[in-house]
Amino acid sequence: MSEKVLMKGNEAIAEAAIRAGCRHYFGYPITPQTELAAYMAKRMPKIDGVFLQAESEIAAINMVYGVSSAGLRVMTSSSSPGVSLKQEGISYIAGSDLPALIVNVERGGPGLGGIQPSQSDYFQATKGGGHGDYHLIVLTPASVQEMADLTALAFDLSDKYRVPAMLLADGTIGQMMEPVELPAESGCTVEKPWAVTGTKMQRRHNIVNSLYLVPEELERTNIERFERYAQIEANEVRYEKFMTEDADVCVVAFGIAARVSKNAVIAARNEGIKAGLIRPITVWPFPKKAIAEAAKHVKGFVSVELSMGQMIEDVRLACECTRPVSLCSRVGGMIPSPDEVLESIKKMNGGLK
Amino acid sequence: MTTEILIAGFGGQGVLFAGKFLAYKGLLENRHLSWLPSYGPEMRGGTANCSVILSDDNVGSPIVSKPDVLIAMNLPSLDKFEKDVVPGGTIYVESTLISRKVARDDVKVFYVPATELAKSIGAPTLANMVMIGKFIRESGAVSYDELDAALKKVVSARHADLLEINLKAITTGYQY
Repeated sequence: MSEKVLMKGNEAIAEAAIRAGCRHYFGYPITPQTELAAYMAKRMPKIDGVFLQAESEIAAINMVYGVSSAGLRVMTSSSSPGVSLKQEGISYIAGSDLPALIVNVERGGPGLGGIQPSQSDYFQATKGGGHGDYHLIVLTPASVQEMADLTALAFDLSDKYRVPAMLLADGTIGQMMEPVELPAESGCTVEKPWAVTGTKMQRRHNIVNSLYLVPEELERTNIERFERYAQIEANEVRYEKFMTEDADVCVVAFGIAARVSKNAVIAARNEGIKAGLIRPITVWPFPKKAIAEAAKHVKGFVSVELSMGQMIEDVRLACECTRPVSLCSRVGGMIPSPDEVLESIKKMNGGLK
Repeated sequence: MTTEILIAGFGGQGVLFAGKFLAYKGLLENRHLSWLPSYGPEMRGGTANCSVILSDDNVGSPIVSKPDVLIAMNLPSLDKFEKDVVPGGTIYVESTLISRKVARDDVKVFYVPATELAKSIGAPTLANMVMIGKFIRESGAVSYDELDAALKKVVSARHADLLEINLKAITTGYQY
């Protein structure tokens, strides 16, 4: 076991990415993710890597597109308004079946919004923020340790399925420091025969492209891609269950909201209320089965979010509206307190009596 | 045991630094911990604060909304956070800059003229570490041993010459 170090969440992502073999970073500064770019600026030149502060977020994502086409691990990071700018490039990367890591350390919106933490880019991240039918693999860290671990996992999954991955974090997890055990050095373990690396006149040239003017061909690529999405949904769902076995009220929350909710669940238990928590670690694919399973015995769900209610729709779909789902949320950079979550748990617990 | 600490003051008083020192001290003592800074426009000349949680168990929410311990380095911080401290909690008041007394009678209070004490050892900017010294003495939340190991983690190598005076500031607070 390696020694634990104290790091900010943003820095842990950067170091974990480097350890996962990422040597190409393109970005543009924005609060609250700037430490990530700063860390890359400091480290990349020392390890023969590339750090490039692009002229814009749009340029940065298209540089990611280029490096990924060459078969190398590559990433960009930003916060909400910057990630909106990247959407066109993300759609092209998805349409070209390329792996890449996009980090969104969310802040309040819409528009320029604020700089305090938020989870209001959930729809954008999980439903496809750009045009066309596509998904990202979306991972939601709830600790500095997970900022590191899920970065490594995101690169692996992205390479394996040729689907871009997003780390959906928030300002709190990005800014906080916690002890972290950094992952071991690793790298890409899959072959990338599709990469555009020069033919040396020994093979046919590869083409990386998202343009298909023949409808039959474009339909075929979409269907093939959704077959991979089905595999991801079958194999890569990740979540944490906390005290759900006998729960009457099940809280669903990810990231910082899950940290707050855990306190509330413990407080509820101390008051004799059987509360539990399902914490999605992947929000696409969403842990539908875990929710459906809990729906068999809970009175209802409480979706705790830093948004006006986005994930709540997936919770309702997953339990097929067989149970009531309430929303406990704060927005604009505010974070619900454990007391506010506890209040929502109590309401749900008493509501069906 | 879990101790939720809120350190608050003006930007520039070393509030985040003091919190970082406690975090590293906790790390070296194999405690569970979190350190969360306030960030944003309020740091420019306004108030700055940071939440530190030290625990024997996993840390839940890193946000300290009901501190066990408040270290108030200026009046706006005391005004803002006094009401949030849990009953039976402790407030450390920087009494060179804060002339009023704590109004509540259900908390323990220590008045420490930290800025004055820091001046007396020739380190007027280290009131933060004087407060930390007093906090260590009264709370026992972290040990008084091996302070230099934790200090070396927060004082960059470039400023290694400041290790000694930081240590002196902590000692001064501890002995006050």
